[in-house]
Order: sequence, then C-alpha cells, then structure tokens
Amino acid sequence: MKTRSVRRTRRTLQVGGASAVALLALSACSSSADDSSSTTKPDTSSTATPKLSGSITVFAAASLKESFTTLKADFEKAHPGTEVNFSFGGSDTLAAQITSGAPASVFAAASPRTMAMVTDRKDTAATPATFVRNQLEIATLPGNPDKISSLKDLTQSSLKVVLCDRTVPCGAAAQKALDAAKLKLTPVSYEEDVKSALNKVVLKEADAAVVYRTDVKAAGGKVEGVEFPESADAINAYPIALLKNAPNPTVAKAFIALVRSPEGQRVLNAAGFLKP
Amino acid sequence: MTKTDESGAVTGTLTGGPRRRRFRPAVPLPLLLPGAVALAFLLLPLVALLVRAPWSSLPSLLTDTQVWQALRLSLICATAATGVSLVLGVPLAWLLARTKFPGRGFVRALVTLPLVLPPVVGGVALLLALGRNGVAGQWLDAWFGITLPFTTAGVVVAESFVAMPFLVISVEGTLRAADPRYEEAATTLGASRFTAFRRVTLPLIAPGIAAGAVLAWARALGEFGATITFAGNFPGRTQTMPLAVYLALQNDPDAAIALSLVLLTVSIAVLAALRDRWMTAS
Repeated sequence: MKTRSVRRTRRTLQVGGASAVALLALSACSSSADDSSSTTKPDTSSTATPKLSGSITVFAAASLKESFTTLKADFEKAHPGTEVNFSFGGSDTLAAQITSGAPASVFAAASPRTMAMVTDRKDTAATPATFVRNQLEIATLPGNPDKISSLKDLTQSSLKVVLCDRTVPCGAAAQKALDAAKLKLTPVSYEEDVKSALNKVVLKEADAAVVYRTDVKAAGGKVEGVEFPESADAINAYPIALLKNAPNPTVAKAFIALVRSPEGQRVLNAAGFLKP
Repeated sequence: MTKTDESGAVTGTLTGGPRRRRFRPAVPLPLLLPGAVALAFLLLPLVALLVRAPWSSLPSLLTDTQVWQALRLSLICATAATGVSLVLGVPLAWLLARTKFPGRGFVRALVTLPLVLPPVVGGVALLLALGRNGVAGQWLDAWFGITLPFTTAGVVVAESFVAMPFLVISVEGTLRAADPRYEEAATTLGASRFTAFRRVTLPLIAPGIAAGAVLAWARALGEFGATITFAGNFPGRTQTMPLAVYLALQNDPDAAIALSLVLLTVSIAVLAALRDRWMTAS
C-alpha cells in the first residue's frame, strides 16, 4: 500500500518535471529577447558617456548577414554590457513576423516594399531611412566556362539559368532588369530566395544565376561575378527603421546610428553594398 | 480480434449483471484529458485555416490556371513516387523481414534515415548524388544524357526518397507479424520462394502494403524541402502544390490559404475513398 503510493507520487513528480522542462524549452524561444532586455542593470565598468546596456533583437534581410555580424562585434565592443541578437531571413517573412508581434527592436529590409508591409501597419517608431543599395550581378561557374558577358547571353537555350522567384526582392529586381533590356528569359527554376539561387551555381547544377553583387562577393571563389549594365535599372534600396514597442529603444537607436555612420558604411561597402 | 471476443467468448459464457460492470469501465481522466488536448491541438490549426479563409475571393483565387497546374503535378508526382516506392520498397521490406544477413540491423537503421533527415538536407544530398555534377549523376549525364535536377522526374525522385521509408517500415512490420509458416508450407509443397512470395505472402500482407502506400502517398503529396532543393521551382514542370503555397505566402497570404484548402480537400477526399476500399479490412 505504502510503497505503491510512494511510487505513484514519484511518477507524478517525474511527469511534472518532464512537462516543466518541456514548458521551459518552449518559453525559452519566445522569452529570450525580453528576458535579457529586462536585465538593464547599470554597468559601472563602462566609461562611455552615454551609458548603454541591455540587449536588442535586429530583424535583417539575409543578404546583410556578413556585414551586420561584423557591425555587431564593433557595437558590443564600443558599448560593453550591450548585446545585439539577429534574426536573418527573407524580408517578406520577417515583415510578417513583425506585424504579428515579434519582439524586435530594429528592422532592416531588402526592399522598400517589404518595409512598407510594416509601416502600413504603423509598427515603426520613425520613418525608415535608406542605408545601402544593392545591385544585381550574374553569378557564373568559376572561370566563366560558358563565356557569359551580358544579360543577353543568359537567354541561350543551352544554358541552365536560375532566377529568384518574382515574389522575393531579388526576383522582382531581375525581372525589372530583363524588362529594361527587353529580353525574355526562361530559367530552369524560380528559387525561393537569393541564397538558394546562388547555391545552385555553387553546386554546379545551374550554369548561371542572377543574384546580388554582395552574394557573389560572399561566395568567395565558388562563383564568378559578371556585371551587366541593365542592373542599374533595378537597384534595390535597403531601408532600416526603429520599431514601435521596441525593447531598449536607446540601444536600438545607437545601433541604427552605427549602421548609418561612416564606419558602418565602410563595412557595408566592403561587402559590396552601394552607398544610399 | 475484439470482434471474436465479443461474439464468441463473451456472449457465450457471461450473462446479465457482471458483464455490464466489466464492460463499462469509467474512462480514466489521465488518459481522457491529454487525449482531448491532443485532438484539439491537431484540429485547431485546421479550424483556423477555415475560419480565416478568404471565402469571398476564393473563386477568383482558384480559377488561376497555375493552381490547377500545380495540383495536377502534385497528384501525378505523388502517385508516381508511390509507384516507385512500391516496386522497390516491398522487395526491400521482404529482404529485411525474411532473410538473415550480417548488418541487417544497420541496414534497417539506414532505411529510416530519410525519416529523421531534414528534407532540405535530403535535397542537398540528392543533388550531391544525382545532380549534374554529383557522385552518380555525372555518369548519368555522360552516358545517357540524363540530368534529374529541374525536371519532373527529379520531383518524383525527391518525393520517393522521403516517402519510401514509410512504406518499407509499414510493410516490414506487417511481414514480421505475418506467420512465415504459410510460406514454408508453400515451399515444402514445391513452390519456389518467389512463387510463395507472389501467391501466398503478397495477398497475406496486402492490407499492410495498402496502408504503407497511403502513408507514402500522403508524405509525397506534402513534400516540400527535398523537392524545392533538388528539383527547383518552375510552374508546370516542378512547382508542386506545397511549393506554390510557400511562394504565395511571401506576398499573398490569402492565396496561400486558398491553395492549402484545395490541397487539404483533395487529400482528405482521396484518403477517405481509399479508407473505405482498403483500410477497413485490416
């Protein structure tokens, strides 16, 4: 009798423990941002005059990954006690997450259209500012074996070309460039984002892709970039904005200031972005 | 099993009072509550899809030819992938269940690998294996001029890769549960092992094969990651319904909901029809 009840309580304890762990794991994903932001204890060791502390979450277009990660290191070094977290992804997806209440402080989008999805819902605290622009480039196999030198070369039927889908900014820009050149191009695939278009060339499954200059640069020697004049007609502007209800708005403002500062612009230009 | 209990053993021996008490036990709360929560958890997203569906604009969203093109391609590819899985998967299940060879447990673990592999990784692995520049794919290209990526055949390959393990596991389980003595009796009566498989084993495990095929078909129909990675996305050639839904979600969520409803309706209809025909027997 006694042993049974003991065993039973032990089991309920185990079950309770297991579900508590599961709950913790679940809540860890959602609460990490506010958790760390609430620990705004003054840091006396820092000597900078505007005392910044706490953490922010920046939602940024996938193409910004390399340069924003560099800027994060600079920012955290200049302001000890702060932490910058990122969520990189397709601008459309990020915009949808923000309008459904994701706890982000800053949004950096790859196109004005995706930023408009957020401003239309009045979810920004200030008017978005363009901080860089990005130009398209043709990514070919290393050494350019098919001797591609212009956008028109891509229309040869012997070539396997991939484009971004028209619903994502890079696909919309590629279509604009093709229209400007009055060219009709039938790709083998419309990829869901710029990185998967690039990867089809990196894996040598496609002969060429129309991607951003920054992607060609980030891929290193795995692809070769070919510039084309029509890309001037389809340059993407990248807007950045402070979000309404941003956790730690002062830190968020300081990060936006860094992105737009000469130092931030130097990092972004080195990655292949154009000045705003 | 329960049927014979009720009709044979129970009604024959027991009468009146004690039977009633035995057969109406209270449903234990620790089972009822989580069960009800599980049901609500599974149904709520589907209900939400119906509640938020853009019913007024549905007709205009669904008359787009691209929708029907994607649906047709989805049904064709899922059925072809199920066919591939049946032709190759049933023999593999038989080998795993009925023969002894060293490392059989390891082989079984390998078969289930696509179940745990994220489909996108599966797609990349397929590219590395069967792509134009892949381990085996470069020879396919050089000898036969076949390249699978960006083709409808590539969609079937990707869907078969993720769906076949479901069929193999299901059929292997049925084979293990089936009594091998029927086959042994057939072989002692002079049938070859293959004849015994064809005439005795296959009819015996038909319900298990049907259940496995339905599982594989359903998995293939919903396949997204491996397909978009291996076969790419081109309307009419490789753009199946899940790909169309995902891309529609990027700029027109209403269209994505409408597409999902179509896929949901079609798959429920097909599964219900199959259930009436095959699944109730088991």
